Amino acid sequence: MFKTGKRKFFSTQDFLAACFCVAYLSLFSFLPQYTVWNFLPKNLFEQFRRIANFYFLIIFLVQVIVDTPTSPVTSGLPLFFVITVTAIKQGYEDWLRHRADKEVNKSAVFVVENAKHVKKESEKIKVGDIIEVATDETFPCDLIFLSSSSDDGTCYVTTASLDGESNFKTHYAVRDTTVLCTSEAIDSLSATIECEQPQPDLYKSLGPENLLLKGAALKNTKKIYGVAVYTGMETKMALNYQGKSQKRSVVEKSINAFLIVYLCILLSKATVCTTMKYIWQSHSFNDEPWYNQKTKREKESFKVLRIFTDFLSFMVLFNFIIPVSMYVTVEMQKFLGSFFITWDKEMYDEDIKEGALVNTSDLNEELGQIEYVFTDKTGTLTENTMEFIECCVDGHKYKDSISEVDGFSCTDGPLKYEKAEKCREELFLRALCLCHTVQIKEEDTVDGLTMPLEGRSTYISSSPDEIALVKGAKKYGFTFLGHENDYLKIQNQKNETEMYQLLHVLNFDPVRRRMSVIVRTSTGKLLLFCKGADSSVFPRVQQDEIQQTKVHVERNALDGYRTLCVAFKELTQEEYDQIDRQLCEAKMALQDREERMAKVFDDTEDDMHLIGATAVEDRLQEHAAETIEALHAAGMKVWVLTGDKMETAKSTCYACRLFQTNTELLELTMKTVGEGERKEDRLHELLLEYHKKLMHEIPKSRGGMKRSWTIGQEYGLIIDGSTLSLILNPSQDSGSSNYKSIFLQVCLKCTAVLCCRMAPLQKAQIVRMVKSTKGSPITLSIGDGANDVSMILEAHVGIGKEGRQAARNSDYAVPKFKHLKKLLLAHGHLYYVRIAHLVQYFFYKNLCFILPQFLYQFFCGFSQQPLYDAAYLTMYNICFTSLPILAYSLLEQHIHIEALASDPKLYMRISDNAMLQWKPFLYWTFLGTFEGLVFFFGVYFLFQNSSLEDNGKVFGNWTFGTMIFTILVFTVTLKLALDTRFWTWMNHFVIWGSLAFYVFFSFFWGGIIWPFLKQQRMYFIFAHMLTSVSTWLAIILLIVISLFPEILLIVFKNVKRASHQVRDELLGRMVFFFNYKLLMSF
Amino acid sequence: MAMNYNAKEEADGHPGGVGAVAGGSGVAPGGVGAGKSRKPDNTAFKQQRLPAWQPILTAGTVLPAFFIIGLIFIPIGIGIFVTSNNIREYEIDYTGTDSASPCNKCLNVSWNSTPPCTCTINFTLDHPFESNVFMYYGLSNFYQNHRRYVKSRDDSQLNGDNSSLHYPSKECEPYRTSEDKPIAPCGAIANSMFNDTLELYRIDGEETRTPIHLNKKGIAWWTDKNVKFRNPTGDTNNLTALFHGTTKPINWPKPVYMLDSEPDNNGFINEDFIVWMRTAALPTFRKLYRLIEKKDNLQPALAAGNYSLEIAYNYPVHSFDGRKRMILSTISWMGGKNPFLGIAYITVGSICFFLGVVLLIIHHKY
Repeated sequence: MFKTGKRKFFSTQDFLAACFCVAYLSLFSFLPQYTVWNFLPKNLFEQFRRIANFYFLIIFLVQVIVDTPTSPVTSGLPLFFVITVTAIKQGYEDWLRHRADKEVNKSAVFVVENAKHVKKESEKIKVGDIIEVATDETFPCDLIFLSSSSDDGTCYVTTASLDGESNFKTHYAVRDTTVLCTSEAIDSLSATIECEQPQPDLYKSLGPENLLLKGAALKNTKKIYGVAVYTGMETKMALNYQGKSQKRSVVEKSINAFLIVYLCILLSKATVCTTMKYIWQSHSFNDEPWYNQKTKREKESFKVLRIFTDFLSFMVLFNFIIPVSMYVTVEMQKFLGSFFITWDKEMYDEDIKEGALVNTSDLNEELGQIEYVFTDKTGTLTENTMEFIECCVDGHKYKDSISEVDGFSCTDGPLKYEKAEKCREELFLRALCLCHTVQIKEEDTVDGLTMPLEGRSTYISSSPDEIALVKGAKKYGFTFLGHENDYLKIQNQKNETEMYQLLHVLNFDPVRRRMSVIVRTSTGKLLLFCKGADSSVFPRVQQDEIQQTKVHVERNALDGYRTLCVAFKELTQEEYDQIDRQLCEAKMALQDREERMAKVFDDTEDDMHLIGATAVEDRLQEHAAETIEALHAAGMKVWVLTGDKMETAKSTCYACRLFQTNTELLELTMKTVGEGERKEDRLHELLLEYHKKLMHEIPKSRGGMKRSWTIGQEYGLIIDGSTLSLILNPSQDSGSSNYKSIFLQVCLKCTAVLCCRMAPLQKAQIVRMVKSTKGSPITLSIGDGANDVSMILEAHVGIGKEGRQAARNSDYAVPKFKHLKKLLLAHGHLYYVRIAHLVQYFFYKNLCFILPQFLYQFFCGFSQQPLYDAAYLTMYNICFTSLPILAYSLLEQHIHIEALASDPKLYMRISDNAMLQWKPFLYWTFLGTFEGLVFFFGVYFLFQNSSLEDNGKVFGNWTFGTMIFTILVFTVTLKLALDTRFWTWMNHFVIWGSLAFYVFFSFFWGGIIWPFLKQQRMYFIFAHMLTSVSTWLAIILLIVISLFPEILLIVFKNVKRASHQVRDELLGRMVFFFNYKLLMSF
Repeated sequence: MAMNYNAKEEADGHPGGVGAVAGGSGVAPGGVGAGKSRKPDNTAFKQQRLPAWQPILTAGTVLPAFFIIGLIFIPIGIGIFVTSNNIREYEIDYTGTDSASPCNKCLNVSWNSTPPCTCTINFTLDHPFESNVFMYYGLSNFYQNHRRYVKSRDDSQLNGDNSSLHYPSKECEPYRTSEDKPIAPCGAIANSMFNDTLELYRIDGEETRTPIHLNKKGIAWWTDKNVKFRNPTGDTNNLTALFHGTTKPINWPKPVYMLDSEPDNNGFINEDFIVWMRTAALPTFRKLYRLIEKKDNLQPALAAGNYSLEIAYNYPVHSFDGRKRMILSTISWMGGKNPFLGIAYITVGSICFFLGVVLLIIHHKY
């Protein structure tokens, strides 16, 4: 446990790297953290900050202070129960968090003290401590990099757990301390560090090259020394922590709306009763008849105060109408219910040995309400395990002879399968083998992507494309054997080993979209190899070489392959020296290092010779197409947001059936908009044109049923990043917002939207834009990479791919895209139905619980006389009616889970929060009111003659209340039984068990003179009640009457459905006939 | 009701969910982050495939239910209705608000008027009351269920607890003490106990008035009489001594130990008192007063003829606009006369039957 509540570190699981969207960095929104000592007060404080709990606390206090009809126990006990259950749940979650923290906080770090290594627990690091970190270790706090084991004072760091970039970044030691690379030397250091206040921004401040962030891991460097500058809460990682509980589900919003209605009912009931009381009491013989004198205190109190107390008393009497236990039941339902997702073996993936993961259980029901699905392409729709398909060298195509020859290849003309010159071919393959950042790892590493090589060694790289290329080269005889010192080893086609000295790596970055290496061959030749996207390579090579390669590249892109172009250039020694000098200068620069480096790279990678191009296939995930079709059929709109280029993305979209062959595509890309001055005008023209087309095509009447399944023309929209930014951030603000809304309308009318060339922030922008449209549709984002984190955080429900970066920031994680289908269609649907029913049922059962009590006031002189005994008031929600609904809300399958998963159209039945709209709410309220009236007046008429036993003895007021209560408990439970469509043994057990328990409890409660009770009002009431035949008959009758509307509704629904089926069949036949005729006419 | 039992057998040897639940129903493993890499168990419970009964309510299954409900409820209703109608009940309002009423003179009687105001009401029974007759008194507009009233009692005092006898509960205020002595029994309910005396005479021929024996025992619940209500205990059996140190309720003419001459019907276990202490549910109520038992099988309990009701009118109700009634009633297996239940049963049964017919027509037409 921590010392006095001060939290020092966060585990990596806790924290959220919201690195792309600075806007999200809300600070210090930590969950309450507890120790053994402060748990109780702190947890209670947190809980009573919830408005509902606070309300119940007030009611409880009113009961304690004011003379109220019911004892404080009646509301105190349920409140205590609720608070306890919540505290246990939160305590458990916190314990889990503690356990995870402990691993981090107690992990050993080596601190240099007095020239010796001292092992310390990481939580004990103080600012100013010098820390030694060895390779593959993560930094325990934010460090200033002093020196490393390598001479040049650099180290490699991967920030995969911070921002998801798994490539190695080079950091540079503070230049003055670079030489201090032993613990003795470093201990002699005496220096002052000036640093700014802790800031959450990961990229600014202090020059990132010196600062090693907590959570990042040291790679490829034996050890480094650093001085701690920010520890614990002040580390950037902790500052970037973002509370996950920000997301509120629609159900919760509905609950709040209903609560307000019930609060109004409660207030009006109390007001009516108070008013009526004083009207009634205006007759003095009613106010104070001779048989019922007031106490001295009552007589003396002020009238205004009395009215106020009366009002409070009525509030207390009727406060059960607002269900205390609903919150705890909802929470238990969510908490326990989410286990079913993790338990689902159909969502378990054998390959990665992971199942689905629930990070927050608050959004379970939201899964049943999704209207928009935003999905990443690479790694989400596709496998992101690249496969080398083909390459071309100087326009000559190389392809596995095994793979099928598709019809397209004919267009290649006579060059097909003709070999290029041998030397060019070898140059190309060598380029593939040399120009990459792939490394060979002996053991199986967890980080990054791994590809098994022969034996136990694997290629690892941050980019799967590179691995595919290296493996592709191997297929043609050139094998990359790894690094040896500064040399790259290659085995060529003749099984000879070639050595190349690696001089410089010009790293890949998304702006340049290419990377290069400079190597020295064994013969001393200096070569620069470059590979990159066609768009970034073509302008930098000899123009006459482009044409023949371009044909291939374009065709490959159409096929959905990822293409890369390979170029090379020979450098003279002078040229190289100059580049070398420039690079070193740039590296050492203190300011604008990135810009200067980029400039040198830019200058270097110019005037190259194109050798060829490669095509790598990113295979679609299994069942990706089926899943998308199912989501479409379920009324969801699927948007693909990808950073990939349009042609590739488009073909993937066709492949996964996001676009059908008959989908008319509307393109808003650089191609259609064009370049130059007029592009904005052209864009606006296009937008208006599309808008007109869509509005014309799709009649306005569809607005009401916006998610209906259209048979008409479907539209797909393609937009790219630069065009999007033109729309969202126009250069001149004339009428820009207008175009934005037109664009939005166009988007919303299309069944499928493809956004390509998206920056991470743009992905989030799109999600936010859709989220904030009219009707605020529920959105879901799914992605696997760090670049999807922003949109995952932005959407209502974020889904990450299990085992990846995004999973940590998501609300749910699934192993594969196809699992989305079951998660939404089956689990989401069920959770929604369950929780919606739970909520409605809770309001209903408390309404018909309290309505008789309200009505009774009219017959007891508005004296706040409770109808039910205190034990019943207390136990009703805790014991008698709680378990059946909990079991229902965990186990109910109104439609079998398999039917749900296989018929996507069922999903539309619950769209737009269908079960928590005002109409069903009114129905339930009506039902509750009706039943309350039946209970009360049924028993009221029965008690017109209160001698109901065959010995003429009479029943009193407590029998009256107990009878109503008995009917109530049975009706409410049987109503749930009527609603239950899936009776497992557990439902049987809790439903019949609850009823049996009620009967047993009533006998028990009335069977003993309880010494601790002031009044023995319930003594033998229940037993006596049951000796009367009339009571039995009345109870049965009233239960039947109460359930009658429900049964009637079910019957009418069935009749309606039956007639619908007939109509559907008829329709089906007609459509068939029509199609048949159509076919014949051709 | 159509039942379709859907027991899904697990493919790979995990039938049933009982065992699985035992392991999984508590705080299950694999929760917020723990053990997530484990493959989920293939149990029926965890895969939500527990064998389950899936009832389907179709028109075809509900229709017979309607008919059955109708066919059961209508006869029951008729039975109750007939039984209720066969119950003889005779009611006399003796409040005396009507100036012609013999009791009119007593209308503004007060608690402690001695001697009590008496009045006699003659009435004729047209039909004999064959079985045992139960005599009730009924009060109207009397709020025995008023909260202040209901709670104004001390059950432990009534249960014979000696400390409560001398230190009654605060709930009894303002009927807790009088003249610095604790009141036994304390509270508003006890204080306002009904104290009219009703006597019944049969008038045979000219002037012969034969009193009818009214049994005052057996009118309270057995459990109340024998368990809930106990006299205080002590060394003696003398109630006067046991109640020493307490005083009578303000409105009572006599202390509680002088309610009856019979020792097993005196003090707190006086049945009239016990009956009164069971507070009524509604402001108009009746309470059992006396039993008129049948002497032998040949004669009715009350034969048709002329009777006179003699009332010692002590209980003022006019001040709060109340009414007082005397009710003679026979009792059936279902209690006193109450047409509601029978009518309700017949109505519900008929509606069910009618709806059944309507639905049948709809069902067959479409």
